[in-house]
Amino acid sequence: MNSHTSPAIELRGASKTFRTPSGGLHTAVRDLDLTVGRGEFVAVVGPTGCGKSTTLTLVSGLTEPTEGEVLVAGEPVRGIGDKVGFVFQQDAVFPWRTVLSNVMAGPRFRGVPKAEARERAREWLGRVGLAAFEDRYPHQLSGGQRKRVALAATFVNDPEILLMDEPFSALDVQTRALMSDELLDLWAGTGASVVFVTHDLEESIALADKVVVMTAGPATVKEVFAIDLPRPRRVESVRLEPRFIEIYREIWSSLGEEVRITRERGTADAA
Amino acid sequence: MPPETATAPAAAPAAGTPGERSQARARAARNHAFLVHGTRVVLLVGLLALWEGLARAAVIDPFNFSMPSKIWDQITQWTVHGTPQGPLWEQVWYTLYEALLGWVIGVLGGVVLGIALGRIRFLADVLGPYIKVLNALPRIVLAPIFLIWFGLGPASKVASAVVLVFFPVFFNAFQGAREVDRNLVANSRILGASNRQVTLQVVIPAATSWIFTSLHVSFGFALIGAIVGEYIGATKGLGLLVSASQGTFNAAGVYAAMVILAVVALLAEGLLAFLEKRLFRWKPADTGDAR
Repeated sequence: MNSHTSPAIELRGASKTFRTPSGGLHTAVRDLDLTVGRGEFVAVVGPTGCGKSTTLTLVSGLTEPTEGEVLVAGEPVRGIGDKVGFVFQQDAVFPWRTVLSNVMAGPRFRGVPKAEARERAREWLGRVGLAAFEDRYPHQLSGGQRKRVALAATFVNDPEILLMDEPFSALDVQTRALMSDELLDLWAGTGASVVFVTHDLEESIALADKVVVMTAGPATVKEVFAIDLPRPRRVESVRLEPRFIEIYREIWSSLGEEVRITRERGTADAA
Repeated sequence: MPPETATAPAAAPAAGTPGERSQARARAARNHAFLVHGTRVVLLVGLLALWEGLARAAVIDPFNFSMPSKIWDQITQWTVHGTPQGPLWEQVWYTLYEALLGWVIGVLGGVVLGIALGRIRFLADVLGPYIKVLNALPRIVLAPIFLIWFGLGPASKVASAVVLVFFPVFFNAFQGAREVDRNLVANSRILGASNRQVTLQVVIPAATSWIFTSLHVSFGFALIGAIVGEYIGATKGLGLLVSASQGTFNAAGVYAAMVILAVVALLAEGLLAFLEKRLFRWKPADTGDAR
């Protein structure tokens, strides 16, 4: 068994090509190499629509790579594994289930007895601060609260790998900072490896151990930056540190170019 | 904890004399409701009076068009003395029984097949064209065939109700199963749901609102199926009442049967609406109350 020494996630020359509705081929990800260590928090930044999300679906097993290899804990990914948790950009809570029942869904799907699932769900609801809301339906909650439900529903499964696809992009700025802090707290206790996709560079530096800059689509890794800011971090205060600003400037010089390329293409398409 | 977890108590009345203002608002709402209902009643009474008056004055032929008083007499006569085919409640019960049975069978078939085809691509590809052809057929022409196959009893009416109910329910269930939020399905798969669990716990609940919209329409279709079946040939039922009245040139009888039918349909509709309300507690209320 090499699963104790191998990295949590490894992509080797992974490519993904989609057939577009008009019959053409669209390459979302090309020749992607990426390694995520155990317990590491990796943020992936890149221009909008460059194929960051596709990278996550490859790791989750929701889609298969057209070429190359995707390994989780040293094993090639075949279908959806039980080690993975995924927090989506849009609300993916079940609107017909109560908050508690939403958080219970994962364990129940995996065959955990009802009483135990309820106990675990209550515990996680407490941790995200929604203990008093367990009987509510999602439409009765705010956007931030729904996101917390989604986090609890993901964490309750004890994922070794946590994939997050711009999870906080639909939230307002204050709620977003708050949620980032909460995410760091929740994550600190689990030892899970995280891949956090975002187009917000500030968010990525504040959260991650490692920031991966993607090229304009088709996405491939352009540069990897280690973030040496000390933990525990508070998102609001870490932003003001000189080191943060230094890192920001350094990464932006790399990312900005890709953003410009994407923008130019966009205007070329529009013309 | 985070500030936005606290849901604000329903906005406290602003300033001034809140009690008075809300009272005034309630009064205005009551007045409006009174006006609407009042106008409705006046409209109905006016139309009936016009009909009655025109028929009595022989402006319209009372033999063909009958008049409200005669229709009312007919209904009371049927209620008190029974119809030529037996007691009135028995006719109502037969029609209702046929419609309900046909509706239940049609709905079950439609939902099961709709979800199955919505979930299993292969089935949809194979059966799709056949279902389209069957749907293109004006299904009411099947009623005489069912009469030949199943005889004068309830079975032939149930069958025509089933074919009328099946298709709208089927198409809605199919569409509902197809249009389930992809994120929701992806999320449940990540959370560990098997195919079966996705179908039962994600697709079906998500499709229920689609299915329910078709249930309303389709109960009307079930009644049509039963009535048309009875009209073509039966031993009991409201449709028979219509055709028998028609056969004896009893225009009031035809109208009376129509009125009874309308009442029955409205009651059934009310029951459905009530059930729907219970089942969809998870949906946000239509009236944006304080949110």
